[in-house]
Amino acid sequence: MSRGYAGKFLEVDLSSGNIKETTFSDEILKNYVGGRGLAAKILWDRLGDRWEHVDPLGPENLFLALTGPLTGIYPGSRICISGKSPQCNGIIGSTVSGEFPVELKCAGYDGIIVSGRAEKPAYILVTDDHAEIRNATHIWGKEAMETIRILTREVRGLLESKKVNAGLVRQPGIIYCGPAGEKKVRTAAVLQKIAHAAGYGGYGAVMGSKNLKAIVAKGSKPLPEVANPETVKILWREIDKKYCDKERLQSLCGTGYAGYTVGAELSSEPVRNWQEEWHDEKGFGGPKFDYRYWVKRFWSDFNCANSCMKLAVIKAGPYKGTFTDDPDYEMQAYLGPNLGIFDPEKCIYLSALMDSLGFSGINGGNTLAFAAELYQRGVLTKEDLGFELKWGDVEAFEKLARKIVRREGVGDILAEGTYRAALKISEIKGIDVTKYAVHVKGVEVGAHGTRSGLDFRPIAYACSPQAGDHTSGVYDAYSDMWMVFADSAVFCSFVGDRKLVWEYYRAVTGWDVSEDEWNRILGHRIIHIQRAALLLGGPDIFWDPMFDDDNPPRFYEPLPTGPYKGKTTDRKAFEEMKKQYYEAIGWDENGIPKSEVLKKLGLQDVGKALEKLRKK
Amino acid sequence: MDKDELVFIFRDPLRCSGCRRCEIACSIHHEGRIWPEASRIRVFMLVPGVDIPHLCAQCGDYPCVSACPVKALSVNEDTGAVVVDREKCIGCGQCIKACPGNIPFLHPGDGKATICDLCGGSPECVKVCQEAGFDALMLIRPGREPFFRKAFKRVFAQTPEELTRDVALNLFGEKAEELI
Repeated sequence: MSRGYAGKFLEVDLSSGNIKETTFSDEILKNYVGGRGLAAKILWDRLGDRWEHVDPLGPENLFLALTGPLTGIYPGSRICISGKSPQCNGIIGSTVSGEFPVELKCAGYDGIIVSGRAEKPAYILVTDDHAEIRNATHIWGKEAMETIRILTREVRGLLESKKVNAGLVRQPGIIYCGPAGEKKVRTAAVLQKIAHAAGYGGYGAVMGSKNLKAIVAKGSKPLPEVANPETVKILWREIDKKYCDKERLQSLCGTGYAGYTVGAELSSEPVRNWQEEWHDEKGFGGPKFDYRYWVKRFWSDFNCANSCMKLAVIKAGPYKGTFTDDPDYEMQAYLGPNLGIFDPEKCIYLSALMDSLGFSGINGGNTLAFAAELYQRGVLTKEDLGFELKWGDVEAFEKLARKIVRREGVGDILAEGTYRAALKISEIKGIDVTKYAVHVKGVEVGAHGTRSGLDFRPIAYACSPQAGDHTSGVYDAYSDMWMVFADSAVFCSFVGDRKLVWEYYRAVTGWDVSEDEWNRILGHRIIHIQRAALLLGGPDIFWDPMFDDDNPPRFYEPLPTGPYKGKTTDRKAFEEMKKQYYEAIGWDENGIPKSEVLKKLGLQDVGKALEKLRKK
Repeated sequence: MDKDELVFIFRDPLRCSGCRRCEIACSIHHEGRIWPEASRIRVFMLVPGVDIPHLCAQCGDYPCVSACPVKALSVNEDTGAVVVDREKCIGCGQCIKACPGNIPFLHPGDGKATICDLCGGSPECVKVCQEAGFDALMLIRPGREPFFRKAFKRVFAQTPEELTRDVALNLFGEKAEELI
């Protein structure tokens, strides 16, 4: 049996209530590892032949929660969530940190594959070598904290009653969707703890479409055996020494100081729906968050050697009682300057609210800003919204977020995510508003711009197999192989030591895999499958690489303010980089993976499925 | 040796990040592998953000030792740690009930009572916590403040629920009541 793996996966069909165990061969695991890679393989094998007809929010889609061989064993434990994405209609590997994957592995499972749709709200409980589907009617509609509280109490009580004298049972690991997911809002996240979100992909909506409120795991077994325990022990301490350093800015500040610095220094932070990317609001600087609100300056998840998370609590004033994480940079940007908010307290409030409602703060935040720009331009009016939606007005943004979750009026349109809403509003209003939609292939982009030339490269989002996902930006044919590995072996890239991790991987699995082999062969296979799924797309939207392998229109407008005023993404340089990337990764001039490249990698079936696109 | 002159692991939940690397170090030392539920130190996270390192406090009167019906528990003379004779232990759970903090637990593997043994005086959990600079666990060495030590230890054996309430109040203020 493969080392680093618990050895089996759960298959839960919510329609029939059937639960069974399944395994994958060593060959598949060695090639696709786990997490994002294995998700691509599973989705392709099971849905590939009818991909464009599969409704991401229908019962035929799969919801995957997969660990990898390094999960829990390498510092920084995460779980990879996947399925056919209701945002891009492709495959996104969306990872989120927390203890759920550790509990899952300790219960004896490497992952869960959920199909079908439960008749009534349900949650899945996984314990040692066992799983059951349980009623979730009592937590349906509940926000984050309430969901965690009820499930923790319920499951601890249940397990303690089963082993009466064995002592206190600790908290289980929980992944869940919020009210936004239940209502199939396409910008809904899958969450762990509070404020830990797998945001990209819209998989909270996939949970909601399956009537699946949560998956809870509690395992009491050890983590899987590793091939070379002595080496792992040494490497574990090595990585600790490297990252457990209080003088490292990442440990000290996380990314919670970046809401000021990215805007002020790099001119690449979204401001008012990306109309600008520069600000110099020192009042939005890290220390304002840190000194006033961070009650816990080092907050980690299992085996983390970095502690970039922080716990923020508002103790006085109108938002008293609010608590969330730092917020991190992405939340600071998207629920701060991008909504015209430059007050840390208001940003923390909105950040906590979005998490609590089950939104992805990036994707959902992007939609809020899109709506506000339409209001600024007079496209959406007070009559459409029921209230005014001015930049910086937290109360108005809260109203809008809640309207989206209720799918009420214009909220029902905005619940479809920025791009789909833009199409609909263009149709209703008779004017093209897609130019204000800052997305790439249906995925609202991360909070890093390309215009100043100091942050993300021009093709980062445009050519990424995960579309607007900022964690998997593309520079050249090998640059994002690292993230493909981190998402597949499933650990946190913030503690990913690029040299030691390969030694670690070999010591855990016993497989003689080199970085070079990964970058040239294994990683590319995963990218090609993701690319194929993205291009096949459907059923509601299809992407054409000629038009859609591009930045949002806004990224070609000149920056209107700041030290880099007038600069913009160089279209010519972009086209050149894109061409080079296609060539290097093995895609033809239309951006479709070449048959001979796929054949060489043993992906003939992918090549066959892409034939219909070539003929177009 | 006088019990008050022994090492003691000072634990500070307000400094605990919740990384649980103490559990990894503990289980690697005692079990030879990463086994969170067999770790003698267990971090409770009953409320997100509230991390409680929970381990034996070596109460001066050792109620667990006196509660054991088969005399499987004893006190190590050199360290003051509670030692479990796994041959004798019948897994009845009386020691857990007797502990004011319900700290011991039955091992998920062999079902025997499991209690921190201070790694013979040089605890692994403290090393990794110190290495990380969190100082949520600190080693109070023999000879330091001997007068207070006895009473000191006694107040440390609390249930995770009790500790969670206190720490949550500290972190969240009045909001804490809703969370627990």
